[in-house]
Amino acid sequence: MGLAKRVIPCLDVDNGRVVKGVKFVDIRDAGDPVEIARRYDREGADELTFLDITATHDNRETIVHVVEQVASEVFIPLTVGGGIRTLDDIRRMLNAGADKVGINSAAVFNPDFVRQAAQRFGSQCIVVAIDAKKVSAPNEANRWEIFTHGGRKGTGIDAVEWAKKMVDYGAGEILLTSMDRDGTREGFDLILTRAISEAVSVPVIASGGVGNLEHLAEGILEGKADAVLAASIFHFAEHSVLEAKQHMALRGIEVRL
Amino acid sequence: MSSVAVIDYGMGNLHSIAKALQHADSQIDINITSNHQAILDADRIVFPGVGAIGDCIHALQESGLIEIIKTVAGLKPFLGICLGMQALLTDSEESRGDSDQTNLKTQGLNLIAGHVVRFPECLKDRDGNILKVPHMGWNQVHFNSHPLWENITQASRFYFVHSYFTVPDDESVISATANYPDAFACALARENIFAVQFHPEKSQSAGLQLLRNFLHWDGRV
Repeated sequence: MGLAKRVIPCLDVDNGRVVKGVKFVDIRDAGDPVEIARRYDREGADELTFLDITATHDNRETIVHVVEQVASEVFIPLTVGGGIRTLDDIRRMLNAGADKVGINSAAVFNPDFVRQAAQRFGSQCIVVAIDAKKVSAPNEANRWEIFTHGGRKGTGIDAVEWAKKMVDYGAGEILLTSMDRDGTREGFDLILTRAISEAVSVPVIASGGVGNLEHLAEGILEGKADAVLAASIFHFAEHSVLEAKQHMALRGIEVRL
Repeated sequence: MSSVAVIDYGMGNLHSIAKALQHADSQIDINITSNHQAILDADRIVFPGVGAIGDCIHALQESGLIEIIKTVAGLKPFLGICLGMQALLTDSEESRGDSDQTNLKTQGLNLIAGHVVRFPECLKDRDGNILKVPHMGWNQVHFNSHPLWENITQASRFYFVHSYFTVPDDESVISATANYPDAFACALARENIFAVQFHPEKSQSAGLQLLRNFLHWDGRV
């Protein structure tokens, strides 16, 4: 037995509240990130990721308070993504109790930001988030491109090459989201996940498209991911994190139970 | 009230460690500090650290903490975490950071004789799957008898994130190992010094229990 594959619930936070609806019977306030984080921790989540989708700059402070509160009672690794653009943003999140930050668009606009961040804070806390979309025609060799603005704007950058470059720049981990699958509940883009995972030396977290527990297992077994991230299947209490891990264990995957 | 000093030399998130210590024992007085006298006065010492070891040693030199750490490491219960474990060894293969091309070894505090080495490239498990570096996530810890493992189930999982690991000259100081894929030392113990490669402050109940054990440890084995 050795290193376990990780299951990471993701919480979308807007103005300090978890959005996308949560239907836990034992939770009083379904929008309270602290209560939800506590619940996932009890169920055996290996890490938690907070994605701050707060639109206005003024309200960004709220995520700092959320992280502070969660970090004072939940003792597993915490990642915060969304709106991380400066070294100061990173420092504030780490000081609040985050262990890692996710850098997305800022890396695309200024790749050197990733290098500076890794040098200043160490690669262990720099997660580069990659939103990729398939751009090759069905009869062509697979090719995926980096997209920004929630998958609306193409950049012309090849996703596999970009992942390698980000690791060279100091990314300690890659959070890979398939924009073709995100929100579809059809499962991860396994070919994309495998292409990236086999191209880089650092761990890859698969994201985008999980609709059932078998999808999580596929991400590890076929996508060769080191961790799987999901939001809605846990939020709507369709499945607990524990059920997810039990299913993965039945499929022969080493998990922390 | 019993006190613990968490040594602050600008490397890493000390609030997480302080919060976990507070959670482990609310009766303890926790001081995150770089003040020499405060460190000398504390009943127990936690020596954390993340990032590159060259930067870590450099920061310790700048703040004049090396002699202080050497002093307290000979006197009272002392817990090194992650880089705070690696820094206790004689030297490390890791250089000053990505920008440093000299490839010189970084000299450590030499409180425990031995070296810090990197996981080899292209690691594979028995089934031929690639093992990523950094070694990141929850791995099983196999430990021997020591007060800091009390009330922790053998082979419990702890959270790791590191690319280098310690190889002490004297194997008898190894208190625990984990496999990736081969066994490596993930905890060292000698007299009042205990050091772990994983992050107890991020290892949920097993981690909190280890911290609680440390806060109640008299430094004897």
